[in-house]
Amino acid sequence: MKRSVTVIRTGPQALVQDLGRPGHAHLGVPPSGAVDPDSLKLANRLVGNRETAAGLELLLGGARITAEASCTIAVTGPAVRVWIDGKLADSHQPVHLAKGSTLEIGTPDTGLRNYLAISGGIDTPEELGSRSTDLLSGIGPDPLRDHDVLELGSPGPAAGADVVPPLRAPQELHVPIRLGPRDDWFDDAETQLRQGFWTVSDRSNRVGVRLGGTKLNRRDGEIPSEGMITGAVQVPPDGQPVVFLNDHPTTGGYPVIGVVDRDHLRFLGQARPGTSVRFRPIG
Amino acid sequence: MLLRRCGTDALLVEVDSLTEVAAVRAALQHLDGVEELVPAARTVLVKGALPQVREVLATVDLSHAPETRSREVTIPVTYDGPDLDLVAETADITPDEVVRLHSAATYEVAFCGFAPGFGYLTGLPEVLQQPRLDSPRTKVPAGSVGIAGEFTAAYPRATPGGWRLIGRTEITLFDPKAETPALLQPGDSVRFVVA
Repeated sequence: MKRSVTVIRTGPQALVQDLGRPGHAHLGVPPSGAVDPDSLKLANRLVGNRETAAGLELLLGGARITAEASCTIAVTGPAVRVWIDGKLADSHQPVHLAKGSTLEIGTPDTGLRNYLAISGGIDTPEELGSRSTDLLSGIGPDPLRDHDVLELGSPGPAAGADVVPPLRAPQELHVPIRLGPRDDWFDDAETQLRQGFWTVSDRSNRVGVRLGGTKLNRRDGEIPSEGMITGAVQVPPDGQPVVFLNDHPTTGGYPVIGVVDRDHLRFLGQARPGTSVRFRPIG
Repeated sequence: MLLRRCGTDALLVEVDSLTEVAAVRAALQHLDGVEELVPAARTVLVKGALPQVREVLATVDLSHAPETRSREVTIPVTYDGPDLDLVAETADITPDEVVRLHSAATYEVAFCGFAPGFGYLTGLPEVLQQPRLDSPRTKVPAGSVGIAGEFTAAYPRATPGGWRLIGRTEITLFDPKAETPALLQPGDSVRFVVA
C-alpha cells in the first residue's frame, strides 16, 4: 500500500504545486507551479526530496494534516507556527511525523503562502509533465478539500540541509522592472513607473497581482493578442497595472509596460493586500 | 521586423503578417535552448537562447515559411450551429453553401491561445470572414465550431465567446491526461469534414 497523508482541514486554500509546466504556452497552457518556487525547493531539500517534487501551497496557512505513514515534513515560506499533536514544533526545519500524528499549521504573521513538503513528495498524476493545479485553465488536481487523501512517492535518503531563516514579507516592496516590450505605449514609461505608488489589491490571485494607485497613462486601443510571460506588467485601459503570476493567460491584448525580474516576483507573490509597491525601472 | 525586449530572457518579435509570424516560428522551432515559442497574430514570443535567436533572426527570410513537415488533422463537424443562418445571410449565400465552403478549405493553425488547445485557424474563405457577434454568449458549449474575422476555430471546452457558431464537433481537442494533450499545434494543417 502506498504511503499517504490525509488533509483534515485545508485552510483558506490548499493546492498541489511543483515547479509547473513551462514550455506549453504555444498550446495555450499556462506555466503554473509554485508562486514562491524558492520556498518550495527549500522545503523539498529539507525533507530529502528533489527540488522538483510536488508539495502543498497553503494560502494563509491554516491546514491540518494527519500522517497515515511515518514521514518527514518541512514548512517554509513566511514565518509560521507549526504544531505536531498539539506540541509546538519548528518551521523551516525537517520534522518527523510518526504514523497517526497530526500536523497543524498556523496563520503566518506576514506574507501569503506557506509551503509544505513531505518526504517522497505528493504523488498525484502528472498532467503535461507537472502535478501543479492551474486555477486559470483547470489543469492538474482540483483545489484540495477537507478529508482528501494524498498518496506519497518513495522517500529518498535524508539530505540534511542548513537551517534557514524564514521569509519576512515587507510592508513596502521596491520592485525592479525592465521596461518593454510595449513601453512605447506610455508617455515616458520610466518616469511614470518611478514616480508612481501602488498597493496590492485584494482581487489578486495566482493569475496576477493587481495593483491599485497611480494611473499609468497609456495610448488608447488594444494590441492584437500577443504572448505573455510570467512577471509581465500588463496595463488595461484603466491604467492600474497587473503583474502576471504563474497561472497567467498565455496571450493578452493589453500593452506590457515592463517585466519584473524573476528573482523578485516571489516577493510580489507573497505580498498581502495593502502592501505598498514602488517600481524601480532598470534600463 | 522589430525585436522588443521582454524581461531578461525573452524577446517579442514583431512582424507585419501571419505569413511572417509563421516564418519566424518555423526558423526558431528547433533551436536548442528555446524554452517557450509563442506565435500570435503579429508577434512571436521567444524565451531562452537569445544570442542564438538573434543570430537566426538576422538571416531569416520572412517572405515565406520554410517547408516544415506539418501534421494533418481532420475534424468531423455537424453543421447545425445557431449562427449558420446569420452567416449565410451575411455572405448572401445559402447555409448549404456555407457548409460547402467551410468544409472545402484547407486551414493552418496560426497560433493557440485564449484557452488550452484553442487554435486560431487561417485559410477561411473570404465570404466567411465575418465580425463577431454584437453580444458574446456567456457560454459556448465545448466542441462548438465558429468563425470570427479571418479565423475559424473549435472550442476545446465550454467558455464565454463571441464567435459566430456554425457547427459542432465530437472530437477531443484538449485532454491534459493524454500523451499529446492538444489536437492542434501551431503549423498543423487542418480540414473540416461533414460528420
